[in-house]
Amino acid sequence: MFKYLKQLTSLVAMVAVLFTFTTETMAAKKSKTLKNTQKKGFVRCGVSQGLPGFSNADAAGNWTGIDVDVCRAVAAAVLGDANKVKFTPLSAKERFTALTSGEIDILSRNTTWTLSRDADIGLTFVGVNFYDGQGFMVRKSSGITSTSQFKDGISACTNIGTTTELNMRDFFNSKGISYEPVAFEKADEVVAAYDAGRCDTYTTDKSGLAAQRTKMSNPDEHIVLPETVSKEPLGPVVRQGDSVWEDIVRWSLNAMIEAEEYGITSANADSMKTSDNPAVKRLVGAEGELGAAFGLDNEWSLRIIKQVGNYGESYKRNIADTGILPDRGPNELWTKGGILYVPPAR
Amino acid sequence: MNLKLQKIIPQLITVLVVVLVFGFFTYNAQINMENRGIDFGYGFLSQESSFDVQFSLIEYDGSHSYFRAYLVGLLNTILVSVIGIIFATILGVIVGVARLSPNYLINQFAAFYVEFFRNIPLLLQIFFWYFAALRALPLPQDADAILGVFYLTIKGLYVPAFIWENLNVFLYSLIAAIIAIVVIRIHARKVQETQGKQLPVFWIAIGLIFILPLLSFLIGGVSLSFEIPKLKQLATTSFIYEGGVSLPPELIALTLSLALYTATFIAECVRAGIQGVGKGQKEAAASIGLNPNQVLKLVVMPQALRIIIPPTTNQYLNLTKNSSLAAAIAYPDLVLVFAGTALMQTGKAIEIVSITMLTYLSLSISISILMNWYNKKIAIKEK
Repeated sequence: MFKYLKQLTSLVAMVAVLFTFTTETMAAKKSKTLKNTQKKGFVRCGVSQGLPGFSNADAAGNWTGIDVDVCRAVAAAVLGDANKVKFTPLSAKERFTALTSGEIDILSRNTTWTLSRDADIGLTFVGVNFYDGQGFMVRKSSGITSTSQFKDGISACTNIGTTTELNMRDFFNSKGISYEPVAFEKADEVVAAYDAGRCDTYTTDKSGLAAQRTKMSNPDEHIVLPETVSKEPLGPVVRQGDSVWEDIVRWSLNAMIEAEEYGITSANADSMKTSDNPAVKRLVGAEGELGAAFGLDNEWSLRIIKQVGNYGESYKRNIADTGILPDRGPNELWTKGGILYVPPAR
Repeated sequence: MNLKLQKIIPQLITVLVVVLVFGFFTYNAQINMENRGIDFGYGFLSQESSFDVQFSLIEYDGSHSYFRAYLVGLLNTILVSVIGIIFATILGVIVGVARLSPNYLINQFAAFYVEFFRNIPLLLQIFFWYFAALRALPLPQDADAILGVFYLTIKGLYVPAFIWENLNVFLYSLIAAIIAIVVIRIHARKVQETQGKQLPVFWIAIGLIFILPLLSFLIGGVSLSFEIPKLKQLATTSFIYEGGVSLPPELIALTLSLALYTATFIAECVRAGIQGVGKGQKEAAASIGLNPNQVLKLVVMPQALRIIIPPTTNQYLNLTKNSSLAAAIAYPDLVLVFAGTALMQTGKAIEIVSITMLTYLSLSISISILMNWYNKKIAIKEK
């Protein structure tokens, strides 16, 4: 009897070990990307070649921006350290190929979410981290204050491989204006050509215009026209076919936005563990088992908030305080008149 | 039999290895694309492209197909290559000959030019001509007319447009003149071979090529007028020229940098060719009573060309392939329009890159075939 009991306990222990082992790594097993990331020890993130406020490297090679923060949030959630990210600067043309070919695992590069991109080319958009729209910049001295003053023969500088190129055609066609498109591969060259006087107007996403203006030889000589000619929801993208990884990136972004909604900041996150609000407690890992579904521990979102901050902190640090777009406009929480609204983390 | 087998087996193995390697990569790509839900196919070529292109030789706008956009890019690549090759050849020959000039100033200047331009990376030169030189050009409203009709501005070079009446009559007269010249040349060669007399073919040719088209103006009802570019105001400080033809600065900068760069290599080919002809040849030719012009035309050049043509073919190929750097300065060539915008809008990376590679391959092979044919034509014909 005693003999059997010993055998039985070891059997139970074995089953228990096996069971915890399987539950813990189920998600990791299902997600090749998560497994590879944990093995490598860093998140591979595709960013722009330099767009202030979104993804921009300083002289020391440190990347900052709200797009950069999405990757940092994922690194904090998955690896426990927001600095464990390898950034790959990509041109608009290279970005999707780099993602689908497996060179990077997240593309967080002010990329517009459109149907054809989502459905056609092996990509999945996980959310929106900036609501934008295409606009036009002109020289103040031209006296143009509205796109209605554009005339036949106007030349417009822009980037290739962007939705901008298509919107520009739609816009000028609908107004019946003939125009000369001058499309460059890199944003820096677009700015240089426009700045030199090659083009009458420079068109791209309004946030991009505001950011690039800071790079011009004399920013005060240029204005962004008030009209917005398209919808440009910008957000992070992952490869199609790895739904666990997709969920991790989506909810890392959502956690940042929801943290702002509940007033959890990098400074007060730890003290929020004792909050009375169950939603807040869930978000800082004091209640529920939210991380298990991704194969992560329970403090994944707490680490994001502590190391990267909530969405509002990220916006303020990168976009408002740098003078790019001090007014949050549509990128304000739904509770404060904006359109940022994310599903609940529960 | 055994020997034959020995020869065949290594070749079979080589073929097998190539097929296997190619097969492996194709299979691999297929599996990966399937896993990521990417479709493969060329059907997108007939879809509407919905983007515009700055500069096109054929009628095109966003309502045309991706295939049409491909043609636009291809023609623009060919255009810049052909213009580049013509200018590079002319400049290269002049500089190559100048390097051999007994005049110290001329040969040193030519040597400096060659060393300077061939030792700076081409992309840097393109950027220099586009960004640095462009900034120095005046805005349209500040531009002074060159010869009263040309305007070189930051937005491009504006030249008068030709407005023809009865253009076809003029073209027929030109074709007639060319045919007449060919006939006279053949006749002149016969006269020289049978009677030893030399006809002044060159002067006759010049005369014909001017007189026949001139006659078409006088009695053929052909007339030519010019449309001179006029300044048009778009906004307070924003102007363009209307009417006439505008050449975008991207085209000018690209052609200029390609021609200046490649000409240095062609100059060296030309110098090598001329120096490769033995001194004795020239002396022998002079001793049988040929004048210096005839020495160059009949003795030196035919031999020098044999040395010049093969390496120059390489330079032509290089220039054509280098034209793909256009993407850096917004000249809408094949790479920018098709492997750039079209690739981005469709996401068909493998299809578009393969088409682009095949296109450049075909272009290069065509140039090779043409030059090899010419090389064979001028090679020593052993009898």
